[in-house]
Amino acid sequence: MIDPVTLAVLKGRLEQIADEMDAVLFRSAFNPIIAEAHDASHGLYHADSGETLVQGKSGLPIFVGAMSFAVMAVIEKAGRDGDLVDGDVYIFNDPYDGGTHLSDFRLVRPLYRDGEVFCYLASVGHWHDVGGNVPGNYNPVATESFQEGMLIPPVKLFRGGELQQDVVDILQANSRLPGSLYGDLNGQINALELGIRRMNDLLDEYGDGLVSLALAELRNRAAKLMAANISDLPDGTYSAEDFLDNDGIRDEPLKIALDLTIKGDQMVLDFSRSSDACAGPVNIALSTAVASVYVATKHLFTEVPANAGVLEPIEVIIPDTSLLNVRAPKPVGGYTETILRIIDVLFCALADVAPERVNGCAYGTINALSLAGHRKNGSRWVMFSFFGGGHGGHPEGDGLNHGNAPISTATIPPAEILESAYPVMFTQWALRPDSGGAGRHRGGLGAIYEIELLEEQADVFLFGERGKYPPPGVVGGKPAALNRFTFQQDDGDHTPPMKSKMVGIKLRKGQRVHLETPGGGGYGHPLERQPEAVCRDVSLGFVSREQALSDYGVVVDETGIVDEAETEKCRKAARQ
Amino acid sequence: MSSESSRFVIGVDVGGTFTDVFFLDEASGRCEVAKVPSTPGDQSKGFIEGIQQKVADFAEVATVVHGTTVGTNALLERKGAKTGIITTGGFRDVLEMRRRDRPHTWGLWGQFEPVVPRDLRLEVAERTLADGSIHIRVNPDEVKQAAQQLLSKGAESVCIVFINAYANSENEQRALQALREVWPNDYVGASTDILPEIREFERTSTTTLNAYLQPVVASYLQKLENALADDGFEGQVLIVQSNGGVMTVDTARQMPVRTALSGPAAGVIASAYIGEQAGFPNVITCDMGGTSFDVSLVADAQSALAAQTSIDFGLTVRTPMIEMTTIGAGGGSIAWVDRGDLLQVGPESAGSNPGPVCYGLGNDRPTVTDANVVLRRINADKPIGGKLDRLDVDRAGVAIEKHIAEPLGLDVMSAAEAIIRVANSKMAGAIRLVSIERGFDPKNFSAMPFGGGGALHTGALIKEVGLESALVPRYPGINSALGCTIADMRHDFVQTVNGILDSLDLDGLNAQLSQLATDGLALLDKAGVAFESSEVRFELDMSYLGQTHTVDVAIPSAFENGRTDIDVPTILQAFEARYRDVYGRPLVGIPIRVLNLRVSAIGKRPKFDLTLLAPGDDASAEQAKTGMRKVWFDGAFHETAIYQRLPLPIGTRIEGPAILEQPDATICIEPDLTGEVDRFGNLVITRKQQA
Repeated sequence: MIDPVTLAVLKGRLEQIADEMDAVLFRSAFNPIIAEAHDASHGLYHADSGETLVQGKSGLPIFVGAMSFAVMAVIEKAGRDGDLVDGDVYIFNDPYDGGTHLSDFRLVRPLYRDGEVFCYLASVGHWHDVGGNVPGNYNPVATESFQEGMLIPPVKLFRGGELQQDVVDILQANSRLPGSLYGDLNGQINALELGIRRMNDLLDEYGDGLVSLALAELRNRAAKLMAANISDLPDGTYSAEDFLDNDGIRDEPLKIALDLTIKGDQMVLDFSRSSDACAGPVNIALSTAVASVYVATKHLFTEVPANAGVLEPIEVIIPDTSLLNVRAPKPVGGYTETILRIIDVLFCALADVAPERVNGCAYGTINALSLAGHRKNGSRWVMFSFFGGGHGGHPEGDGLNHGNAPISTATIPPAEILESAYPVMFTQWALRPDSGGAGRHRGGLGAIYEIELLEEQADVFLFGERGKYPPPGVVGGKPAALNRFTFQQDDGDHTPPMKSKMVGIKLRKGQRVHLETPGGGGYGHPLERQPEAVCRDVSLGFVSREQALSDYGVVVDETGIVDEAETEKCRKAARQ
Repeated sequence: MSSESSRFVIGVDVGGTFTDVFFLDEASGRCEVAKVPSTPGDQSKGFIEGIQQKVADFAEVATVVHGTTVGTNALLERKGAKTGIITTGGFRDVLEMRRRDRPHTWGLWGQFEPVVPRDLRLEVAERTLADGSIHIRVNPDEVKQAAQQLLSKGAESVCIVFINAYANSENEQRALQALREVWPNDYVGASTDILPEIREFERTSTTTLNAYLQPVVASYLQKLENALADDGFEGQVLIVQSNGGVMTVDTARQMPVRTALSGPAAGVIASAYIGEQAGFPNVITCDMGGTSFDVSLVADAQSALAAQTSIDFGLTVRTPMIEMTTIGAGGGSIAWVDRGDLLQVGPESAGSNPGPVCYGLGNDRPTVTDANVVLRRINADKPIGGKLDRLDVDRAGVAIEKHIAEPLGLDVMSAAEAIIRVANSKMAGAIRLVSIERGFDPKNFSAMPFGGGGALHTGALIKEVGLESALVPRYPGINSALGCTIADMRHDFVQTVNGILDSLDLDGLNAQLSQLATDGLALLDKAGVAFESSEVRFELDMSYLGQTHTVDVAIPSAFENGRTDIDVPTILQAFEARYRDVYGRPLVGIPIRVLNLRVSAIGKRPKFDLTLLAPGDDASAEQAKTGMRKVWFDGAFHETAIYQRLPLPIGTRIEGPAILEQPDATICIEPDLTGEVDRFGNLVITRKQQA
C-alpha cells in the first residue's frame, strides 16, 4: 500500500498538471468561449478503461464526467485499427461517441512509457463555429445533427508526431471562422504537449509503478468518500420532476423526472419517467447524462475528489427511448439546457432528506444569443455569448446575483470588449428586480441585457429555456422569475413563439433585443424571512414593494420603512 | 545615538501582530532593528513607538518609508468610507454583477456584498461608443443632482465611471469638473484618471475601491504625519506601493488602491536586493505567516509584476502588483483527516488567536506549528515574538494523536512528520506554480524564507521542488521593513490603444508614450527625493487578433530629448519572442493587435551596503552553540546541535541536523543539508556533498 503522505503529494502534483494544461489553453485560445468562458477541460485517463484519473480544477465542470467517454471512444477505435503509436493525437467531436455537442472538439493523446500506454491525456474545447445552419451552432430548430455542424469521428490529427495537415484543412474549410479554429486547435495541441512533458517528469521522479498505485488508490478513496456521504442519507425513494419549455420544433413541454433511491451506501438515479426522445435539439447522449449526474453530485458533496470513483456507488438508469439517451443523428446542440435540468431535479429530489446540502435551483438556462452579419467592408461578424442569471438561496444565505451556470465556470466578456469587437451597443447591463425566488434566503437576481444594433442589418439567434417553467425553490422557497426575451421590429416589440428559442430574425440598425434572465429559486419559506431583510431588498430595488407584500407578507411604506403592525397581520393571514 | 542631523533612513512595516522597524544610520554606517506590538486601533501609535526604540530626536530622521496594511485591512474587513458611484445609464450594477463568476467551482453557495450598495450607485444619461465618438453628451447639472443625492445619503467619497471612457474621457472629465463644484471634499475621482483601460468591471472595481479607501488612508496618513511632526520630524514620508516602488504621501492620498499589497511587496523588494548582493539573482520568496504562505518569484533580481489581483472574491484591483501566489498553509493551518482517510492541511486556520494547540488558548485541533513543536524543531521554552512564555508540547501531542495518528494508524511522531510533509508539499506546489508554470527552471532558483516560520520549512522545499539552495536573510522577521528603505520610486501608467499593428498610428503611439514618460519623470522630480538615476520602461499588451488574453511585451526603446522612436519591426520582433516564451508556437498569417500601452518611470534610490548587517568577528560558532536537543527527522530522533544564529561569524559551516534560533525566527537544517554564513550574515543552505 502507498503511504498516505506520498499519496497526498502525488494527488497535488497530478491535479496541478491538469490545471496547467487548462491554463495554457485559456490564455492562448482565440475564441472568447474558451478564453473568457473557460468552456474547455483537460485531464488524465486510464490506459485500458478510459476512466477519469485526474481532472483540472479550472476546466468546465460538465466535461469532467464526459471526457472519459471520449477517451473510451478513442481506445475502441485504436483497438479496431491496431495502429496506435507514440506521438499520435486523435481529434473528434462525435457527440454520440463520447462527445457532448458538435462544438466541443476533443483531442486525445496516449502517453507512452517504455513502449506501453501509461495513460491518456485529453483536451476538450468549445470552438467558435463548426458549420451547420446557425453561426455559433446553437440551432434551436435542428431536427438532425447534420443541421448543427460538421461531425468528425475519431481520426488521427498527428501520426507518430507528424501533423496531418489534410485534417486541419478539412476542419478549417467547414467553419465560418477558420482563423479562430486554427488558434484554438493550436492551443489544445500545446496544452497536450505540455501535459506529456510534465507527466514524464513526474513519472521519472516517482517511478511509474508508484504513480499507478497512487492513481488506483485515489479512485478508491473517492468512491469510499462518496459512499460515506450517501450512507448519511436515510434509505428511501425520493422523486422530483421538472420540464423543458419545448424542443424548438413543437411547443410542448418535455418532462425530466427522477426517482432517487438511497439504499445503504448506494444511490440509484432512475430517469425512466422522463419524456421520450424529441424532434428538436434538447436531446442528449447517455454519456452526457452521466456526466451531468457527476456535476450535480460534486456540487452537493464538494469535498469528494474529482475522479471516476465518485460515480462508483451511483447507478444511473435511463431507457434507450429517452431524450436522455439518444443516438445519431438525433440533434443534441442544446444539451446544456437538458443537463441543467438534470442537476435541478437532483437538488429538488434531495431537498427534503438533505435540506442542509441543497440550494434553490440556479437560473437554469445559458441563453446562447448570437447576432451575426457583415460589416461595410464585407467581412463577417458573429457575436456569440452566453448570459448569466441568479443562483439559488442556500442554507448559509441569499443566492449569488448574476452568477455563471452550474455546469461551467465561465465568466462573461465585458460589454466594452464586445462593443469594441462587434457593431453593437449595450443599452442596459443590469440586475433584474423581482427575479429572485422568494424564500427565507432569497434567490439571487438574474440580469437584464439590452443590445442595440449599430450596423445596417443582422440576424439574431437565441437558444434558451425557462420561458415557461421557472427555476424552482427548495425547502419551502418559491420559484424565480421566468426567462423573458423580446426583440424590436418595425411594428414594435415581439416575443418568439417558442419563448426562448428563435432563429434568423432580422434586426435593423437602431433596433434592440432585450433579454431578462431568471434569478435563482428561494430557500426556506418566505414568511420566515426577516422583515428588515425584505425592507433592505426594497430599498436596494432588488424586490418591489408589491412583491414584498405578495411573496413575503411584508408591508413597506412609501418612505421605505416596515409597517410592523400591518406586516404582522399580513403574515398571520398568509400562514392560515 | 549621536546627534548629527538628518542621517536616518527608516523603514517601517506595520503588520497584524508586530510593527517592524529597520534603522539605517547613513552617517555611522550602522543598522539596527526594532520590533514592537502593533496598535490595531490607530497604527500610527505603534509606528511612532517603534521609531522611538532607537531614535530619540526625530529631527535626525531624513526619510521614513512605510509599508502599510491600512488599505488591505479596510478592504478585507469592508471598513472603507461610504462611497457613491455615478455611472452611465443602464450600467449601475456593473460592480455587483462582476464578470458573472462564482467563488468556488464546486458548490453553489457563494455570496457577494459589493463595497458600494445599489442605492448609492446612480446613473446619468451619457454615452460614448467603442470608437470614442460621443453618442450622448453628459449634462453637468444632472451630475450635480446625482452628487447632491449621494451627499444626502451620507456618501463621503464618490467616483465617476462611464462606459467606453477609456476610448475618450471627455464625458468623464466634464462630469468630474461638475462634481468638484459641489462635492465638499477632495474624495472625488474619475475612472480614466485611475485606470484608462478597457473592461468596465475591472475599471469600475479599481476606481471604486480607490474611492472607498481614500478617506481611510488619507486620514491615517494625516495622523501619521501629525504624530511625526509632533516629535520634531522634518523629513519626508514615502509609502510603498503594491508594485514594489514607493510614492509620496500626496500620491498615496490620490491612489490609495495602490497600497493594497504594500507590506508584502516591500518584503519581496528586500529579497531581490539581498539575493542579488549575495550572488543569488534568482530567488523565490517564501513568506510564512499564521494563516498563509505567500510566494513570489524574482528572476535576474527583478520581481514579476501581475496586472491585477483579487483581494477577496469580487474585489478586483487592476494596478501593477508584485505577483504573489498565496495558499492557505501557515503555521496556524489545521491538519485533519478527511472521510476518505486522506491527510489534509488547511485551508482552515487557527490564526494567531486561539492559534495552535500549543498556545493553550482554546484550540484543540492540531496545526502545522504543533507538528513542529512535537518534532522539537521549535524551542517550546523560547517562542518567537515574545508573546507567550512557553509552548505546551504535551497538549500539541495529544491533539495530533487524537486527530491524525489514530485515524491514520500512525504513531504520534510519524503523524507529526506527515503533517509537515503534506504542508511542505502544498508549499512546494505554490513554488512550482510561480516557477515551473511560467517556464522557469527551479534548479536555477534559491528559496528565500522570511516571516517567522518560513525558515523551518525551506530545507524540505529545496529537496521537494529541486531548488538550488535556500538563502535565509540575516533578519527574516523584519524583511519588509528593510525592503522599505531600499525600494525605488515607481509610477506606472496604462492607456488602451486597441489597434492593429500593421495599421497602427505610430506617431500617435510615440506621442502618447513620450507624454506619459515625461509625466512620470516630472512626478519623480516633484517628489524631491534624491535618486541615483532614473529610467523609463515601455511595454505593450499584445495578442493575435481574436485572442482575448494578451501577453506583456517589453519594448526596447530609448527615450531621448523627450521622445521615443518605436517602429513596427521592433514591436513585431519583441512580440513574437515573448509569445514563444509564454505559449510555444507563434502563429502565422494572423493580424496582431496592440491593446494597451504601459509606461513605468522609475527613480532609483540609493542602496545601502548589506555588509553593514554582517556579524562581527567577536564570537565563534562554539560560543554560539547553546546545547544539544533531540529533534525528529526522517522517522527518528537525531541528536541535534542548537545555535544562536546572530553571533555566528562569517564563514561558519554548520552540518545538519541543526537548529538555529534568533529572536524573530527559527531555522531548521535537516540532516542531509549544510548551512554556511556568507559575508552579509545570510545563511546559505545547500545539500550535503555526496560522499
